[in-house]
Order: sequence, then C-alpha cells, then structure tokens
Amino acid sequence: MTSAQIEIQIIAALVAMACAIPGVFLVLRKMALITDAISHSILPGIVIGFFITQDLNSPWLILLASLTGVLTVFLVERIQKSGLVKEDTAIGLVFPALFSIGVLLIAKNANDIHLDIDAVLLGEIAFAPFDRIFWNGIDFGPKSLWIILSILVVNLSLLLFFFKELKLSTFDKGLSTALGFSPVVVHYGLMTMASVTTVGAFDAVGAILVVALMIAPAAAAYMLTNDLKKMLLLAVCFGALSAILGYWLAYFLDASIAGSITSVLGLVFLSVYLFAPHKGILSILYRNKQQQIEVSLITFLLHLNNHDEKSERHIKHLNEHINWHKVKSKKVVELAQKNNMIRIENEYISLTEKGKSFTDLAINYIITNDDSKIESIKEDFFLFRG
Amino acid sequence: MNISEYIQLLFTDYTLRTITIGTAILGAVCGMLGSFAVLRKQSLLGDAISHAALPGIAIAFLITGTKDTNILLIGALISGLLGAFWIRQITSKTHLKSDTALGLILSIFFGVGMMLLTFIQKMPNANQAGLDKFLFGQAATLLAKDVWTLGIVSSICLVIVFTFWKEFKILLFDEAYAKTLGFNTQRIDAIITSFIVLAIILGLQTVGVVLMSAMLLAPAAAARQWTNKLSVMVFLAAIFGMFSGIFGTAISASQSNLSTGPVIVLVASVFVVFSFIFSPNRGILFKQIRLSQNRKDLQLNKTLQFMFEIVKTHKNISHPHTIKILNNFQGYTKRTLKKLEDKKYIEVNGQMWSMTKEGYHFSANLYNQDTSQNND
Amino acid sequence: MTQKKIAVAIDDLTVAYNYKPVLWDIDLEIPEGVLMAIVGPNGAGKSTLLKSILGIIEPVAGSVSVFEKSYESQRKKVAYVPQKGSVDWDFPTTALDVVMMGTYGSLGWIKRPGAKEKKASLEALEKVGMLAFRDRQISQLSGGQQQRIFLARALVQNAEIYFMDEPFQGVDATTEIAIINILKELRKLGKTVVVVHHDLQTVPEYFDWVTFLNVKKIATGPVKDIFNDDNLTKTYGINYKVSLLQ
Repeated sequence: MTSAQIEIQIIAALVAMACAIPGVFLVLRKMALITDAISHSILPGIVIGFFITQDLNSPWLILLASLTGVLTVFLVERIQKSGLVKEDTAIGLVFPALFSIGVLLIAKNANDIHLDIDAVLLGEIAFAPFDRIFWNGIDFGPKSLWIILSILVVNLSLLLFFFKELKLSTFDKGLSTALGFSPVVVHYGLMTMASVTTVGAFDAVGAILVVALMIAPAAAAYMLTNDLKKMLLLAVCFGALSAILGYWLAYFLDASIAGSITSVLGLVFLSVYLFAPHKGILSILYRNKQQQIEVSLITFLLHLNNHDEKSERHIKHLNEHINWHKVKSKKVVELAQKNNMIRIENEYISLTEKGKSFTDLAINYIITNDDSKIESIKEDFFLFRG
Repeated sequence: MNISEYIQLLFTDYTLRTITIGTAILGAVCGMLGSFAVLRKQSLLGDAISHAALPGIAIAFLITGTKDTNILLIGALISGLLGAFWIRQITSKTHLKSDTALGLILSIFFGVGMMLLTFIQKMPNANQAGLDKFLFGQAATLLAKDVWTLGIVSSICLVIVFTFWKEFKILLFDEAYAKTLGFNTQRIDAIITSFIVLAIILGLQTVGVVLMSAMLLAPAAAARQWTNKLSVMVFLAAIFGMFSGIFGTAISASQSNLSTGPVIVLVASVFVVFSFIFSPNRGILFKQIRLSQNRKDLQLNKTLQFMFEIVKTHKNISHPHTIKILNNFQGYTKRTLKKLEDKKYIEVNGQMWSMTKEGYHFSANLYNQDTSQNND
Repeated sequence: MTQKKIAVAIDDLTVAYNYKPVLWDIDLEIPEGVLMAIVGPNGAGKSTLLKSILGIIEPVAGSVSVFEKSYESQRKKVAYVPQKGSVDWDFPTTALDVVMMGTYGSLGWIKRPGAKEKKASLEALEKVGMLAFRDRQISQLSGGQQQRIFLARALVQNAEIYFMDEPFQGVDATTEIAIINILKELRKLGKTVVVVHHDLQTVPEYFDWVTFLNVKKIATGPVKDIFNDDNLTKTYGINYKVSLLQ
C-alpha cells in the first residue's frame, strides 16, 4: 500500500465516522430525509463560496455552505408551517430548486471553476492526498484529513458534552422541554452539526452519497440495538468498516470510491436487514408464522372458554363458524392437544384445567393492556410452540 | 437570439420542434400524475424511485451493451420498482420509519449506480458515452420515436385518469370509506402508482434521476394554490408542467452546456414561488393583507363597541355625545372616527358624535354572529 | 313485544394487530331498528369492531352477516361515517362533492354521478342544515360542519344500517343536537344505527340500545335494562356508578 492509499482510507473512514454521529440522531428523530435536503442544497453555498475564496478547503467556504444548509432546514420548516403544501412536499420542493441553481452555476462557469458535475455527485477523495499542508517546509499531510478530523472531534465533543440533552430531547421531547432544555436550540444545534458535517464530507463523497453515509450506518445499527450508546458505537464502526472495504472494492473494479463505499454500506445494511437476530426480516418472518398460529390457538381456547353449549364446541364448528380453513384448524387443534390444553371426547372439545388457567391469564393481560406478559405466559405454558 | 427568433426557429427547426413537443408532453403528464402523488402524501417516493432507477440503467447497459433508450429505461423501471418494493417492505416489516427507508434506498441505489457508471466508463472499448445524460437529463437526445413513446403513454394516461376519475378521487380522499362502498382500493392504488412510476421513468432521459421528483411535485404544488377543485388542480398542474418543459427547453437550448433537468426544475420552481406568494386565496401576500385588514376591522369594531356601551344607556340611540369621552379609550384615533363615519355607523357634528340606527344595529349583533362564520 | 329481526350478526369475531388480539371472540346481534351505542374505554377496540364489520380490517377469525346474508352481498344496505380525523380536510374539494361520494357505491365502477345523484346529495345537505355551504372548500368548514358533511354523505347512501365512529367528537352543541335528531329520525324510519360513543352521560338520553366492549363483549341489550353500575364497572375497571354520571 502506498502512503496515498493509506491516507485515502483514513480520510474515508473519518468521513464515515463523522457522518454516523448526527445520522443516528436524525434517524431516531424521524428526520432522515432532512439530510437529503441539506446535502443537495449546500451546493449553491459551496459554489458561491468557491467564487469568493477560490479554495474548496477554505474554512470560510465551509461556514458559508453550512449556513445554506441550516437556512434550507429553516425554509423547509417555514413552508411546512404555512400549510400551503404537505410536509414531505416542502422538502421535495426546496432541495431540487437549490441543487439546480448549484448545478447551473457550475455549468455556466465551467471554465473558471475547478469543480465539475462529477465532483458534485461523487466527490474527489482520490485527489485528496495531493492537496497538502506545508508549514515551515514540513509536510503535515492532506488538508482534507485535517478538516474532517476537526469536524469529527467537534462532533464527538458535542456528543460527549450534550449527550444527556440530545438523548432526552430525542426520546422525550415533552420532558426535555419541561426540564428547561429548549427543543429549538437542540434541534438547530443538531441541524448545524449535520450541515457542517455534510459540507466537510461533500469534498470526499459528493452531495448525494453523504446521505448514505449518514443514514445507512445508523439504520443498520438500529436494526441491532435500541440502546443509544451501543447504536452510536455500532454506527461509527459500520461507517468506518464500509469506508475501508469500499476503498478496496473501488480499487479492484477501478470505479468511483464514493460509489463503492455506498455499495458496501448497502451490503452491510442488507445483511443486517436480513439476518439481525430480533428485528431482522428472516427472524420477523419466522416469528410471524409462529405468532399467527398461536394467535389462532388463543382465539380458539378463548372461544371454548366463552361457550359452554355443546353446539359451539363440536369439532366441525371450528370450520363452519370460526371461519378458518381446514388446514389451519387442524394445525391449531393439534397444537392445543400437544400442549395439553384441550381434550376431545366424541368430537366435542373442552378445555383442560391447564387450558383454562392459561386462557384466564391471557384474557386478563389483554384487557389490562399488558400484552407483553402474554409472551411470558406462553413460555410457561407451552411445551411446543407454533 | 431573441424570443421571436426562437419561436420562428421552433417552427422551422425539426429537431428543436421534436424536443419541445417531447418536454411539453412530459411536463404535462408529470404535472397531472404529480397531483395524485402530492395528495397521497407520497411526494418523496418519486424521489426515491427515480434515484433507484440509476443502477438499472447501468446494469441494462452492461448486459445488453446497447444504448437504446427503451432498453435502458426498462432496466430503470425494474430497479426503480425494486427500490419502491424494498421501501415498502422496510416500513411495513421493521421498526425503521419511512423517512429512513426512503433516504436509505435512494442514496444506496444511487451509490451503486454511480459505482457501476464509473466502472463502465473505465471499461476498454465500451461505447459508454451518453449514459451520464440520465443524471441530469439531456432533452437534445430526444428522438422522434422517443416523443412518440411519450405521446402514446401520455394518451393512455389521460384516458385512464378520465375513466377512473371518480375512483381516483375517492381513493385519494378517503380510502377506508371507498372500501366500504365496495371498491377494490388495492386495484385503484396499483393503477395510480404504476402510472406515477411510468411517468418518472419516462422523464429520466429529459430531466434526469437526480431532479425528476421535482418535476412531479412542483407543478402540482403550484397548482394546488390556485384552486379548491381537484379537476382544476390536475388541469393547472398539467399546464404548469407543460410550460416548465417548454421554457426549460428554450432556455437550455439557447445556451451551451446546460443540462435540461436543472433548467426545467428551476422554471417549475419559479411557478411554485409565484403561486405561494400571489395566489389570491392561499398565497402569503394576500393572507398578510387580509390579516392586517382584519386587525384594522377589529380595532374599528372595538371602538364602535365602546361607543355602543355608552349609547346603550340612553333611550334615544342617536343622542349626541362629546368626542372627548372617547379620549380614555385606547383604540380611538381621529382616523377611526372618520372611518366609522364613512361607513355611516355614526354621525359627527362638530365636537359631538351620535350613533346611527345602522351603527346601533351592527354593534348590537357584532358578537352574536354564528360562530361558524368566523372560521375562514 | 314482537320478536325483532336481526340486522347484523357477528359470530366469534377475533381481530389482532401485529399478532396482538384487540378484539376477542365477539358474538353480537344487533336487532333491526335500534339506535345503539358502543361504549368502552380507550383501546377497547370500538373503532376496530366497526372497521372489521365493514371489511376495512381483516379479522383473524369469525364472520359477519347482514340481514342473514354475507356482508359483501349486502354492502349497499350499509353506510359508514368514519372518524372526522381520518381524512385530510385540506383536500381540494367542496362540501357537495364529498356528499356526492356517497353515491359512488351504487354507481359502481366508471359510471359518473348525474343529475339524480346531485339532487339526492343536495337533499342530504339540506337535511343536515348545510345546503348554504355546498360550494365551500371543506377546509373552510368548522369541525361540526365537517361532521355534518360526513353524515350527509352516509345519508345519501340510503342504507338500512348506519355505522358511525365517534360522530360527536369535537363538534359544537348545535351540531350534536342536529346529529342526534337525524339519528332518531332514522330510527323512526326503521333504520338501524350503530354509534361508537364516548360520552357515557348522554347514553340514556340518546340511545335505546347499548353494547359494552372491552376487548371482549361485556354486555349488550336495551339501555334501560343493562346500563347499570355492574356493567360499567366490568367495562371500565374502576367502580363506576350511573348516578355519578348525571
């Protein structure tokens, strides 16, 4: 590995980590799409900033572009509040307009500006090692490395200092307001953090793929845990890992680094989405199947519990009255028998003692809205699951 | 080139005419179907689908090696639908919310698409040039047969919308109720959604994957401001969309180096901004004016009410009072007095004023109005 | 007293959301011509019961019949007034237009409403006292007026059975009286009206029939027979007394 390769990987990993932190909060606050709006609408800010500073890595440019991002959020919220259009439409109106302005500014000034459309969409992380900081003749490494490192450090310190506030305002807005943390300050603080990070990452991965770096690690982490600290840690790890793997994928395919990082992120999310232990799709499908038959079982037991009259307890009644298909009712009866919940005498079904006490408990929990306890009594009573 | 020259060119230049007709049709059909997307609160689904179409274009090229637009668009359609399907599955099966699902799918599919595009560009002897027109759109690449495709699909769309108008309307407004009336809402939903997806895919060549969603939303959002009737809204959205297409093409054709997508979107955004500000019923400007008018009326009514309280104590309602008594009242100015006189609620005579019958009647009923009247 | 015909028969109905049962083994018979309230605490499944009767929600088990035939074949005899909050009132349409939607069911696919449907809709608007507002955009109506529009839409259906989900929620006193008068008029015409109701206080005054529901059916019958402390307590859990309601 050449030193340029190592530097690119470090920068990519830092970008991914810096993005993952605000990303987690945006996903939890159901505001993931605001990153889409910010990342598109900072473009005119960057272009105009570039006209003024002539340097893509200038701190002034970062400041100006971040301001455009926060302004966009403000604009979107104003339009939402005006009631002129629905909420999601507001986002969908603002960012294409601003992005178009950016694209046209670049196209019209293609000769004076060393920004092209490819750089806007994909970033130019591959060139990052060429723009270095020299001080007193000593090489301090790539400029963008320092920029993204400072953004990461700022994000981390904000996270450490305001962890409590961020957590509280994300999970319990009412309580946090009551305790005196202004939701507006936290909200715009987070938006500023997201804007600055987006601008910092823009140079490396371009306008649209920033969105993937913010959302995908957080979404993947959210599939695995509900604990905020674990989620942050996982998201940062997923981001860094995908950045490095993505670099090598790009290397072997001779394709765009940013595109490859996003593809790896997609794969990471896909595998978590499929295989996550509790919330993954396979585990959900399996559980659904089990639940489906168990709900039918409980329904059936309850029916027996409700009705003493013989006509309601005849085995044929299951098919006719409860309106189940034959296969299903057979399965349900078998499961109930296996668990010693019912007995069948002369085609009439009745509850056993065990079946009766199980049903009584279940009814009680459902009426008191204590559904979660049903799972635990299932554990106690069932010898065989559905 | 000035406008009249351009219009002349429009009639003489075959290519320009083809392109303009193409973008006009596209704008109109997007505006029409976009109205449904906006009212269904599916504004951003279009964004996700259009971004998700990109890898399909790249893969279709990798498999077939052709640059035939129709084949590439079939690839786009498949991957766009795949993206939409995945979004639906994420939101229905997992605890992730729709915003996360939308952002995730649009960015990841787009990333994969970009990776494949750059991969294709580096391939030896691949005739790759031209695939990137799908990013921001290039109307100049519209051929007569593309316009024919657009025209045919749009006509089918129009017929469908016209035929199922009643069904679309009730589904958009109250889906559960439509179900109780016996309509198969899933089927209506499938019809609307598939036509929206079709419009997105057809627009990719002209407007591009990045900005296609705005083509759906902007004309509809602008149209909504001018009317309270669904039919008028859909019609206006089609008109706005059509003109966005025509003007956008004209502007980008008269300049070098401009992709049509951003220009068309900007023209449509101008329609939106204009409508937001100047529409008579919902627009910000007139709302502001009405608000300050109401405030002034309120001030006037308060003064009148104060006078009414004084007049009430007298048997003769037109008994004159001195203007001086009003000095203690905060809302009172010379101007309000003049205005009340203009409205014939009072008469001023030197330093005295008296209430007219009309004024008495008006102020007596001021706070007894049907509350429902004040809900506008 | 003559034996009343059964308008709606619900048999062993069980409904689950995400595999959590919200309605359990409901058996319920609604006699023809009653004005019935469904009462129960929040989350008791009142709206869910209506929605599963109407086929908006698919039940896990059980069946519903209307006048002794399947609901699907009797759809045209049933009208529904959903909760006011269930739709977007900023939708670009007018009061008359919403009421006309009530005629869509009998029109079926593709056919458009004509003069006959318009006349019926105007009559329904007049009945609920909203004729003057026929061309108003629906967002410009007050909550009570919106509810009346919904009621008119159901009246246009000219059904035998009316299901209403919380029609008195968030409406002014005038509207409440207007609505209950229309409901009583419907009963006089021999129609059956089923209302999900929140305000226990008004049950004896408005209704002649009541169903207590809390996931299971607690009781159903004439208000004068079963609206008592015992059933209230069984339904709401705490010690409820009819006398405290007054």
